[in-house]
Amino acid sequence: MNWSSVVGRRASGSAGAVNGSLAAGAGDDLETAPPPADEAANVAPVRDTVAAAAAAPLLSLKGVTKRFVTSRHDTTAIDDIDVEIRAGEFVCVVGPSGCGKSTLLNIVAGLDKATSGTITFDGKPLKGSSAERVVVFQDAALYPWLNVRANVEFGLKMKGIRGKERRKVADRYLELVNLTKFDKAFVHELSGGMKQRVQLARALAVEPRMLLMDEPFAALDAQTRDVLQAELQDIWLRTGATILFITHNVREAALLSDRVLVMTPGPGRIKAEINVPLQRPRDPDTHAVVDFAAEIRKQLQHDEYAVSKPEGGYVI
Amino acid sequence: MSSEIIAPSRESSGDRFFARLGGLAEKINPWLIFRVAVFYLGLLLIWEMLYRAEIWSPYLFPSPSEVWEELKQTTENDLLWKSIRATMERLAIGFTLAFVVGMIMGVACGTMKWVDQTLGTLVLGMQSLPSITWLPLAILWFGLSEKAIIFVVLMGSVFAIAISARDGVRNIPKLQRRAAQVFGASRWQTVRYVTLPGMLPSMAQGLKLGWSFSWRSLMAGELLFVSGGLGYLLQIGRDLNNMALVIAVMGVIVAIGLLFDRLIFGPLESWVANRWGLSHG
Ligand SMILES: Nc1ncnc2c1ncn2[C@@H]1O[C@H](COP(=O)(O)OP(=O)(O)OP(=O)(O)O)[C@@H](O)[C@H]1O
Ligand SMILES: [Mg+2]
Repeated sequence: MNWSSVVGRRASGSAGAVNGSLAAGAGDDLETAPPPADEAANVAPVRDTVAAAAAAPLLSLKGVTKRFVTSRHDTTAIDDIDVEIRAGEFVCVVGPSGCGKSTLLNIVAGLDKATSGTITFDGKPLKGSSAERVVVFQDAALYPWLNVRANVEFGLKMKGIRGKERRKVADRYLELVNLTKFDKAFVHELSGGMKQRVQLARALAVEPRMLLMDEPFAALDAQTRDVLQAELQDIWLRTGATILFITHNVREAALLSDRVLVMTPGPGRIKAEINVPLQRPRDPDTHAVVDFAAEIRKQLQHDEYAVSKPEGGYVI
Repeated sequence: MSSEIIAPSRESSGDRFFARLGGLAEKINPWLIFRVAVFYLGLLLIWEMLYRAEIWSPYLFPSPSEVWEELKQTTENDLLWKSIRATMERLAIGFTLAFVVGMIMGVACGTMKWVDQTLGTLVLGMQSLPSITWLPLAILWFGLSEKAIIFVVLMGSVFAIAISARDGVRNIPKLQRRAAQVFGASRWQTVRYVTLPGMLPSMAQGLKLGWSFSWRSLMAGELLFVSGGLGYLLQIGRDLNNMALVIAVMGVIVAIGLLFDRLIFGPLESWVANRWGLSHG
């Protein structure tokens, strides 16, 4: 998917036109998997389900295990994880604190090596990190010596893209996250929400095949989190990004994801896989989303007695 | 959304520079000038009165005007300028060497554990040596030469710079390095675009400290053994029993120290504080 063209189109045309073009793009795969016509009305739009179901998985983990062996501990962080993520999917991972969610994400990012198991990305064995899979961290991952624009351009610079081209791309993504006016601000002059938007723009700017987000909104206040969740949903709908998103917040998972992976307390295994066939764009206050959050919470709840609750508890 | 948007200052660095100049102009209000002037004039007055009281012999305690005359004379016959130049050359060479060597050692210690465990401990130990204690060794190795004094200047600051460089690298948040890795930055790119700029806050302090060590050991070295330079001029003053010259040269040394602080290290520190948002607490 050519993101820049999508974003560019968005800038000039109406939102409806963009959605139409995305649906048309997905339509290439319609022959192999026709949409269930009667469900289409109140279930997820064609864009994700159809395109996603037809494609081979972009990321596939088989029997992935990670052990941390230190002088004092021998921890199995994640154990025998099987996950498949198709292009264009939005997948959330929820689980109690310490169950290995970050470990899983770091392995997919190539920041950490699995102890055993196989991981393939786009059909090839995954090795090391690359700008194909970019991480949005929880906090403090921006560079304070660079202004907002230079932070957004960072990944492009690492790719060796020239200054003029970098500026053009950065302009586009600054606009996408509503930070055009703040392009010369320094990091310490931004609110927490703005910082996360800069991180998102920086990640999107390199047009990764997959976006990995490790509790990106966990450190924000509830109001800002709501705003950013809505913006992320919007951006995802417009760009067709593939996103692996980690959260403690079951409502966030219900709001954003196509599919939720529920993990057991450490050593983390995938305990349940829940499809979220709700129509988009979703509103966090609708019954459908709240009910789904309760559903996910039910899956998690059995474990709450087994492990300490995460800080702040699960939010519904 | 607007509720969480705070107003950042959107000035360019040029704007900031002029804003700071403006701030300076604000700071230099007539009252401040008056107070400072009264303080220093008062000091001169006490000095002059002590001189007139003739408690000490005039040879040992010259008047302000005598010191001023001496200063004028040394500038007129070029002796002062030559001395300043010799001193600055030594400082520039020695400190540049210390900067380069210290940075390399510090970055290596900060990025590689095994280097820190070996070289790092040595650097930490050496740092406790007062720099002038390198003098005997320098003289034995290089003789009474320019090389010896540069060596002393180098040794005076290299360890302080290395330690602050190491700490600077260590203090870079792990996520900032991970972010670079995620974007596929090569090892060299990570050093160039993350490590070097990220260590600046620590370096700003380290350079200032290193410079003051270098400056002190240079003065001591010049005083003790080499020809040319401000330290040597002090020595001449002593040999000639010319107290006015001694005091004049001391004044020049203080002035140079202040100048470096105000023109180089002060701005560097405030730039860092501004960028990192340290001044806002
Ligand atoms: N570098 C490490 N060395 C040793 N143990 C580690 C390391 N990183 C993680 N662990 C352990 O692996 C387990 C999983 O950690 P991880 O950070 O993946 O949990 P998490 O699900 O992300 O938790 P949280 O929700 O609190 O962020 C924990 O028991 C942790 O102690
Ligand atoms: Mg985590």
